[in-house]
Amino acid sequence: MAGKPKLHYSNGRGKMESIRWLLATAGVEFEEQFIEKKEDLEKLRNDGYLLFQQVPMVEIDGMKMVQARAIGSYIAAKYNLYGKDLKERAWIDMYVEGTTDLMGMIMLLPFQPADTKEKNLALIIERATTRYFPVYEKALKDHGQDYLVGNKLSWADIHLLEAILMAEECKPDILSAFPLLQAFKGRTSNIPTIKKFLQPGSQRKPPIDEKGVAMVKKIYDI
Amino acid sequence: MSGKPRLTYLNGRGRMESIRWLLAAAGVEFEEIFLETREQYEKIIKDGSLMFQQVPLVEIDGMKMVQTRAILSYIAGKYNLYGKDLKERALIDMYVEGITDLMQMILMFPFSPPEAKEKNLDSIKERATNRYFPVFEKVLKQHGQDFLVGNKFSWADVQLIEAILAVEEKVPAVLSGFPQLQVFKIRMSNMPTIKKFLQPGSPRKPPPDEHYVETVLKIFRK
Repeated sequence: MAGKPKLHYSNGRGKMESIRWLLATAGVEFEEQFIEKKEDLEKLRNDGYLLFQQVPMVEIDGMKMVQARAIGSYIAAKYNLYGKDLKERAWIDMYVEGTTDLMGMIMLLPFQPADTKEKNLALIIERATTRYFPVYEKALKDHGQDYLVGNKLSWADIHLLEAILMAEECKPDILSAFPLLQAFKGRTSNIPTIKKFLQPGSQRKPPIDEKGVAMVKKIYDI
Repeated sequence: MSGKPRLTYLNGRGRMESIRWLLAAAGVEFEEIFLETREQYEKIIKDGSLMFQQVPLVEIDGMKMVQTRAILSYIAGKYNLYGKDLKERALIDMYVEGITDLMQMILMFPFSPPEAKEKNLDSIKERATNRYFPVFEKVLKQHGQDFLVGNKFSWADVQLIEAILAVEEKVPAVLSGFPQLQVFKIRMSNMPTIKKFLQPGSPRKPPPDEHYVETVLKIFRK
């Protein structure tokens, strides 16, 4: 029985959000089982569901997949979002690793000590505007196409849009020096499945709040 | 132009070592450029060789590839070390990602402050013994085959043998509770390409020492 993929994670973005983006963009409906307290995580562990005792975990195609990158790669390949050959996949992987590094910094921010927040936020903005966004702006400029790789929507585009929106939550005008990324954002947000995911009521999660930070720290013993 | 892949990194393990292992295991000869000064590093940033201003850099098949995972995935795909289909690739990815989490602890260890070193060493031992090695012991026991996935040598096997040896350097008796892994270690070490890589004079790098740590701090100004 195929069934819908089932996502196991806390009710927040974290390392699962990029997977939600991918599935939603591919038009794949999915279920979610939320970890709300430590006991929920312990149960998954005791039932042997988590290969390395960690979430994210996605039940898909008879597998209990763990490790966000592995899950993302599988979904991307299954739904033709991974380029047409090994070289296109290499480019997509490089781009996704870059946006992963940027989003990783942003995700850590709420968990860092209050007195370091201003400095860390400044570093995120600096990295976004001098290390990461220029790369994608240049890629789009060099080939003049709508998508990053192979003139076709891929995981790299979905991940970049997610990163742009997350960075804008840090600094609303962060794209001011990147006209092509602004156009990219507009264009990609209007892809029907993505547009639907960006609307209220979708499975997209909001940024984490103080209550969420406390819950995550409790569940995962941070 | 030799046509061999060309690796640019420091003269030490770091994030490039897994790439050296994989190329060597695949029987692929490669060249290396070692960064020894900050100026050398700044030069390759300035001439636009580094997509995100970071190394590792691997010049291969006309691409200047960065991001360790992207590079490894490309090499695995190119040299048939990535399974026969999407599901085998998913398993290999999961295993590699888990091992990478363990290797990350070892990677960061030389940079931990002296007072944290004992605790970090205990963490490495605990995670290897309780979280990671049991998984692979069980996989090998359950299917009784020589290799982790699909009864065929893959990237996952290379990553695991690298990790076993790296952990053993810090925790010599770490495999004492894992008979399957002990046999796996011997079997892998005797595969011709790996055996050659484990001999003196190969591109394999020694464990990080104080000089390496100093070089990293000098070049990357951590």
